[in-house]
Amino acid sequence: MDAGSVDVERPPASVRWSNWLRNQLRNIAPFITLLFLVLFFSIASPTFATVGNLANILQQVSVTAIIAVGLTFVILTAEIDLSVAAIANATAIVLTFFTLQPDYVNITNVPLVGVLAILLALASCFVLGLVTAFGVTRIGIPSFIMTLAMMQIGAGISAVLVRGQIAYTVPDLILTLGSKSIAGIPWIIIVAALFLLASHLVLTYTRFGRYVYMVGGNREAAEYSGVNVRLIIGSVMVISAVCSGVAGMLGVAYFGSAQQNEFDTFLLDAIAAVVVGGTSLFGGRGGIGNTIVGLFVLGVLNNGLDYVKIDSFLKVLIRGLILLAALIINIYAERLRTAQTAASKS
Amino acid sequence: MSDVSGPALLELSGISKAFGGVQALRDVDFTLRAGEIHGLVGENGAGKSTLMKIIAGAHADYAGEMRIDGEPAHFRSSRDALSAGIGMVHQELSVAPDLSVAENVFLGMQPMTRLGAIAWREMYHAAARQLHNLGLDIDPRARLGAFPIGIQQLVELSRVLFSGARIIILDEPTSALSPPEIARLFEVLRKLKEGGRSIIFISHFLEDILKISDEITIFRNGRKIVTAPVTPATDKAWIIERMIGSGREDLEESYLGEIRLDSRPDAPVVLEAEGLSLAPAYRDVSLKVRAGEVLGIYGFMGCGQLELARTLFGKMHADRGTLRLQDRPVRLANTAAAKRAGIAFVPESRRSMLFAEEPVYKNVSISILERLSRLLLKPEAERRLAGEQVKALGIRPPSVEARLGALSGGNQQKVALAKWLTYTPRVLVLSEPTRGMDVGAKEDVVKIVRGLRDQSIGILVVSTEPETVLSLADRVLVMKKGGIAREFAGEAISKDRLLAAA
Repeated sequence: MDAGSVDVERPPASVRWSNWLRNQLRNIAPFITLLFLVLFFSIASPTFATVGNLANILQQVSVTAIIAVGLTFVILTAEIDLSVAAIANATAIVLTFFTLQPDYVNITNVPLVGVLAILLALASCFVLGLVTAFGVTRIGIPSFIMTLAMMQIGAGISAVLVRGQIAYTVPDLILTLGSKSIAGIPWIIIVAALFLLASHLVLTYTRFGRYVYMVGGNREAAEYSGVNVRLIIGSVMVISAVCSGVAGMLGVAYFGSAQQNEFDTFLLDAIAAVVVGGTSLFGGRGGIGNTIVGLFVLGVLNNGLDYVKIDSFLKVLIRGLILLAALIINIYAERLRTAQTAASKS
Repeated sequence: MSDVSGPALLELSGISKAFGGVQALRDVDFTLRAGEIHGLVGENGAGKSTLMKIIAGAHADYAGEMRIDGEPAHFRSSRDALSAGIGMVHQELSVAPDLSVAENVFLGMQPMTRLGAIAWREMYHAAARQLHNLGLDIDPRARLGAFPIGIQQLVELSRVLFSGARIIILDEPTSALSPPEIARLFEVLRKLKEGGRSIIFISHFLEDILKISDEITIFRNGRKIVTAPVTPATDKAWIIERMIGSGREDLEESYLGEIRLDSRPDAPVVLEAEGLSLAPAYRDVSLKVRAGEVLGIYGFMGCGQLELARTLFGKMHADRGTLRLQDRPVRLANTAAAKRAGIAFVPESRRSMLFAEEPVYKNVSISILERLSRLLLKPEAERRLAGEQVKALGIRPPSVEARLGALSGGNQQKVALAKWLTYTPRVLVLSEPTRGMDVGAKEDVVKIVRGLRDQSIGILVVSTEPETVLSLADRVLVMKKGGIAREFAGEAISKDRLLAAA
């Protein structure tokens, strides 16, 4: 700063430290939660903190991770997608519908070459995403309601195609990626890691990623800056649907079967992973790094509760309480920031 | 119109009120008689609305004394004021468009049956009767939102007019009304006056004030300048002279002296609008912006100028009319299309154009990202371009990494301008570019805008503040109730002539 410029007064160190802490609350809190959970389960069970179990946890959260990648985009723009699990399910069932099933599966389906089945499944989740995008950006239905309807539509597609039966066979490529390993590492972990990495790069280093953050940070300002807000929001809805579709296909291979309502628990898990990780429900703050921490919190929690002997009915309640705590921190972090902005202006 | 002799109903003495460090009212005395219509005039921020809000109980914290019928009164809430017989209709329409007409007439005071349910039949009948008195014969069962704004405003007025209030305060009641609707309203006001009610009438439309008022009070800079009966000798010029004032304290800001507008009739037209209409905001607006000129659009709040500015940036869409950019017709589907066409826009509210949580450089670069990169961001280029602007515009603190929310208002405004200056737009639309700025920051903005004009950009400045238009424009259009009322070009102009045209 040269001599002629205004001297910007630096606040005392304690104030700067507490400001930094406030700004970082949404990033620090999930991390502390994770450390606390790991510590707790390690003490409670001697077999929890092992390399083998770490691999377990990674494998268990992989399907959720792929869904959460798409949801991170959506939540960053301050929208929501409640149809992720239903679209995962529908895509999985479309995949099995176009794959030859064993004789004892009583579905009238249309067996095709594996590649074609995969392409059709991808196309179906893409189209479902487009429908959501159209409803939200063109018709103006709030994403909360629009994706609620899409959730029913996804469930309906699953029901019509599978008719209460269970399908087992998926194309070889999907079977490999979902349930086989390479050099001892399950493919599904690699796929999930690649999705996380790619989306992190997109969000951090591309123009599109910047627009996602800016639209979430202040939609009106983005529009007045000449950003095509509808296009961005439409795109994140499609991204979310395609991520869900991929997760659904791999999930079938991972679970070994496809049936109605198979993915229901993944809706809550995916939303929880994003929000527990500290991505703001008001948009514009957070990212894939947060989602990864959130996935670990959720993975450790789900896995750890199996290690300590807890009434399995109580587990649901505990997960609910953890999610509630994360929501409180999320809103509180937002309020601290707003208060700080207001204070620095006056 | 000159029976100014009734007993004093409402007396205010020595009223002062400050917001933060800003003195909104200084030692104001005001008297309202029973059975009179009292007009209130003054520029934006002169203090008239603040005084009325004190009377109506919206500001409880003030200095001075208020008496009603000689009894001291101090209202803590608008409910207090209402129970003392004071009702106010605010400038912004506050109706429930999805409720029926009758429900809006009786909002919050619906007639009840003995069982505590709403007496619908009675309510519909009463609403129909009251609206008929206003000359409105509309179905009280119909949804209010289905009617034009003028009707909605009359319905809102009727809520207060017929509430039994003894003192009725109307803030800009005619701004959305057509001439026949105004005539109807005035008829009702006169009837109420004959019934012994007192009415305070605030308006920018001096013709309306002169037509209806028995007495007028003029405000300037938080002070009451004069209260005078309306006589045939009272005219617009007389009022405007007192509104603007010629005291030493505001001479340099007043533009009482004339300015010569410098229009450039031979420069090429960059933006041309023909017959643009958007109901109910504006209609049949035609204008031309030339390269290297600043076209000012002046008009009172709500005259349609904000909507017009948004239409030119593709944020709103006109029902009719054509828009040409450099002689080629354009359709602006959205703001992105407008930006591609070379139009830039700075809205009047900083909140709606800036990202408070983001650093300065991201705020500056957001509107030029596609010029900087196709796919991958180039943060170094962003910082460099933003840095140049920060230096050129003298933004404080001089750092591109500072969080925008931590900057002062004036500096935020400069960042908003900087967004569009890293490349040269063909047309720049500025809405209220100097609102809420201190004198120094205003001068900076004037300098920046002049600099842009000299780069042959066509600039449109939309404002409700005469000073802003006068200090920036080379040519001025005056908008009035959605239409263009007058053009000033290549002639001398002063604040009083501008006000007289609006």
